[in-house]
Amino acid sequence: MNVEWYIVLSSLLFAVGALGILIRRSPIVILLCLELMLNAGNLALVAFSRMVGNQQGQVFALIVMVVAACEVVVGLGLIVAIFRCRLPLDVDELRELRG
Amino acid sequence: MEAVLFFAAAIGALGGAIGVVAMRNPLFSVLALIVHLFSLAVLFLLLAAAFVAAAQVVVYAGAVMVLYVFVVAYVGGDEESAWEPIPGQRLLAPLLGAALFVELSIAVLGSSLLALGTNGPKVNPGFGDPAAIGRLLLERFLIPFEASSILLLLAAVGAVVLAGRKREESA
Amino acid sequence: MSATAWAWLVLFFPLLGSIAIALGYRAIPARVAGAIGTAAIGLAFACGIAALVNLLGEAPDARHHASSLWDYASAAGLDIKLGIFVDPLSTFMVLVVTGVSTLIHLYSFGYMRSDEGYHRFFSYLNFFVFSMLLLVLAGNFVLLIVGWAFVGFASYALISFWYRRTTATGAGMKAFVINVVGDIGLVLAAFLIFRELGTFEYGAVFQRAPGVFHTNEWTVTAICLLLLLGAFAKSAQLPLHTWLPDAMEGPTPVSALIHAATMVTAGVYLIARTHVLFVLAPTAADVAAFTGLATLLVAGTIALVMTDLKRAIAYSTMSQIGYMVVGVSIGAYSAGMFHLMTHAFFKALLFMAAGSIIAAMANEQNIDRMSGFGRAMRFTSATMLAGGLALAAFPGTSGFFSKDEILAYATARGGMYEIFTVLGYAGALLTAVYTFRLIFRILPGQPCKEARELIDTGHVAHEAPRNPASGEEEDTEVGFPGAEHHIAEQSLSMRIAMAVLAFLALFGGLVQVPGVDDAITKFLDPVFANSPLSAIHPSVAASWTGLAIGTAISLGGIAIAYWLYVVQPAAPGILQRRLRPLYTLLVNKWYFDELIDVLVVRPALAIGRFANRTFERVVVGGLITGAEDVVGSTGRVVRFAQSGFVRGYALLLLAGFAGLALYFLLSSQ
Repeated sequence: MNVEWYIVLSSLLFAVGALGILIRRSPIVILLCLELMLNAGNLALVAFSRMVGNQQGQVFALIVMVVAACEVVVGLGLIVAIFRCRLPLDVDELRELRG
Repeated sequence: MEAVLFFAAAIGALGGAIGVVAMRNPLFSVLALIVHLFSLAVLFLLLAAAFVAAAQVVVYAGAVMVLYVFVVAYVGGDEESAWEPIPGQRLLAPLLGAALFVELSIAVLGSSLLALGTNGPKVNPGFGDPAAIGRLLLERFLIPFEASSILLLLAAVGAVVLAGRKREESA
Repeated sequence: MSATAWAWLVLFFPLLGSIAIALGYRAIPARVAGAIGTAAIGLAFACGIAALVNLLGEAPDARHHASSLWDYASAAGLDIKLGIFVDPLSTFMVLVVTGVSTLIHLYSFGYMRSDEGYHRFFSYLNFFVFSMLLLVLAGNFVLLIVGWAFVGFASYALISFWYRRTTATGAGMKAFVINVVGDIGLVLAAFLIFRELGTFEYGAVFQRAPGVFHTNEWTVTAICLLLLLGAFAKSAQLPLHTWLPDAMEGPTPVSALIHAATMVTAGVYLIARTHVLFVLAPTAADVAAFTGLATLLVAGTIALVMTDLKRAIAYSTMSQIGYMVVGVSIGAYSAGMFHLMTHAFFKALLFMAAGSIIAAMANEQNIDRMSGFGRAMRFTSATMLAGGLALAAFPGTSGFFSKDEILAYATARGGMYEIFTVLGYAGALLTAVYTFRLIFRILPGQPCKEARELIDTGHVAHEAPRNPASGEEEDTEVGFPGAEHHIAEQSLSMRIAMAVLAFLALFGGLVQVPGVDDAITKFLDPVFANSPLSAIHPSVAASWTGLAIGTAISLGGIAIAYWLYVVQPAAPGILQRRLRPLYTLLVNKWYFDELIDVLVVRPALAIGRFANRTFERVVVGGLITGAEDVVGSTGRVVRFAQSGFVRGYALLLLAGFAGLALYFLLSSQ
């Protein structure tokens, strides 16, 4: 398959992830959508890496995976902490920082 | 053959993605994401990135998703309310998503990258092997490799701090 | 030393006195301050005498000197110097001003003794003399305007001297505002002079004027009319006269100095100084003369019914200045200045005597309550009589010779000007009547309560302090008159001043007896030689005829007053009832105050209210509140973005990104 297909798929997955962030209210699901977007980026990276012919994109994708893992760890830790404080797990309820 | 696999994996990925967004129960969203990740691993294999595909399955779908499952089990999943407090959000979000997709596609496809229309150059059989990736990681990209290790350490410490039990104040 | 050097010293001493007293008022005891003030003016008078001697030592044609200290403003085609002009006219004015001022300072030394604002009084009084001297010594129109404005301020400060009396502060403001109207005229006239003649210096202006202007050309007429505006405001001629009676709110020495002898004569001096321009604009000169005539008669009639002693004397001042204005406008320059001098003597004396009587009456100023002071205060009565005789032009007194000289000149000029003689004599009759109305009311008869107290115990009466105009109670701290009142009989300084003035009032006219000597005319001739009108001289015979008519009128007036107020005291009441409309007109001062209120004050207030309601509130306020509203509403709109909803922020983020991507996509086509 041409590389373009992979790219188009990647952007479609990215858009779906963005849509999910905008629509869902549970922080867990929002983090999942964030994962979607990161993975879409990974797909694009690997596709380009294949297109260019070296493996640097793949290495980049690995590092992205590491970063995503760290972020998930911290994010889930936050969610657990919020749950422990008996606050509602709803990003619309958690809005003390406003102007 | 490759096309069939591609479309199957693509449909799986897309379906998983839509499942993540659409499912009411967070646990089902997690499961949908696992499906999505597996599909992506297949796509990586199609792109001659064997090690990345393996890492995707083992690290991402294996460790990270298990983490998610644990948290969802601990926290539980609530039904979200139907009322939308932000005016115009439900209307604008799909539009923006569509706009984003269209723009990104046009941006990439409309670029004058000639190589996009190809399958890519002929690669050696060892392309994407662990050996090749390992050599790159430890030779050329040593510093990002070490930096990401430190990042992992930080994240671990952060998670422990965030989720650890509060110490009782000594009376 | 040269005459101009003496003239600079004349200016310097009063200024020094004023500043010294002002800066050292805490350290200097009261009597020393009074002594400093009087000495400063005394020194100025001495320097004036020295300048006169110097001037007399020169040939008559050479008696004009200009001297300047430094450049005042020298840019953009202007070349104004801080310069003075010493010639017989300015020296004459300097001597009159400093001479009478020294005597009035001496009088104030005793009269204002118990006032809490003693230092302030002398500082202001010295400053006033400095300003007046600056006005008469100025060598160009700019410095004249400076002196003019300073004099206006000094008048305001001194009228409102008892500043805690609302009547006094109101009167001060009224005087100042009307003076400003005159200032406008003066400044516009100066602008026009500069535009037409290119200079402000007296010498240059008067030399160039006959060459530049044709007779009765509209520019020179405009200049003269604007100068008249200034002169009439300062000299309280119709219609800008309403401030002078109210200015009697100031202490009596102030009324004597400013509103009788010096400041109000500034207008007369102005017309005399700019006589070259008035010769070129005979229409304007005629306007001035007729205004002076009208003022003369109107003020004289009002003085017939005034019951406040000081205000009656104020209307008399207005009337006499009318004579002076007529004099200098129709060409009788030296006669007008002579009358200025004699008027300064006898009017200041009258005010001093009035001050003494008012002090004896515990600050009561209504003549209906005064009587019998002839027995109670002999010295004051004698000086008052001397002043009254001079004012009424009793034969032999100074007023006799000066007033009739103007009227004789009017006859000599002939033609239309004979009306001035006729109406001038009518005014003289009025003068005699109202002067002796005052004297016959106050001096003879049964002593009133205060006079009786003075006769019996020798103490001045003490009442609760009251505002004489409104009758309300007041105290005696700073801003009000002091607790003690000083009469001449008990104060040496007051007696000296009044005695000197009485002598001058009675015998000061002997320097200019027609056919015998004409010291003033000879002295002032070089100044006015460039006017064709100064060539007209009434013959000696005509002058003595005039004097004879004047004698008859003066004695007749005194006789009428005697009959009305001594022989038949009921007669004035009957006259008042029979001529009620006329009486009402006179008591309301010919309704000038009401006229000005309707014509000027109410429209001004209406314009102010309109400006406030529409312009201020709608335009200015609207602009500002409009800007405020714009900012506020913009803020309110923008605040939506700070909702606190994470998803909202994400939406905005994504929208921004999409927009940016669109822009880049489009721009890369």
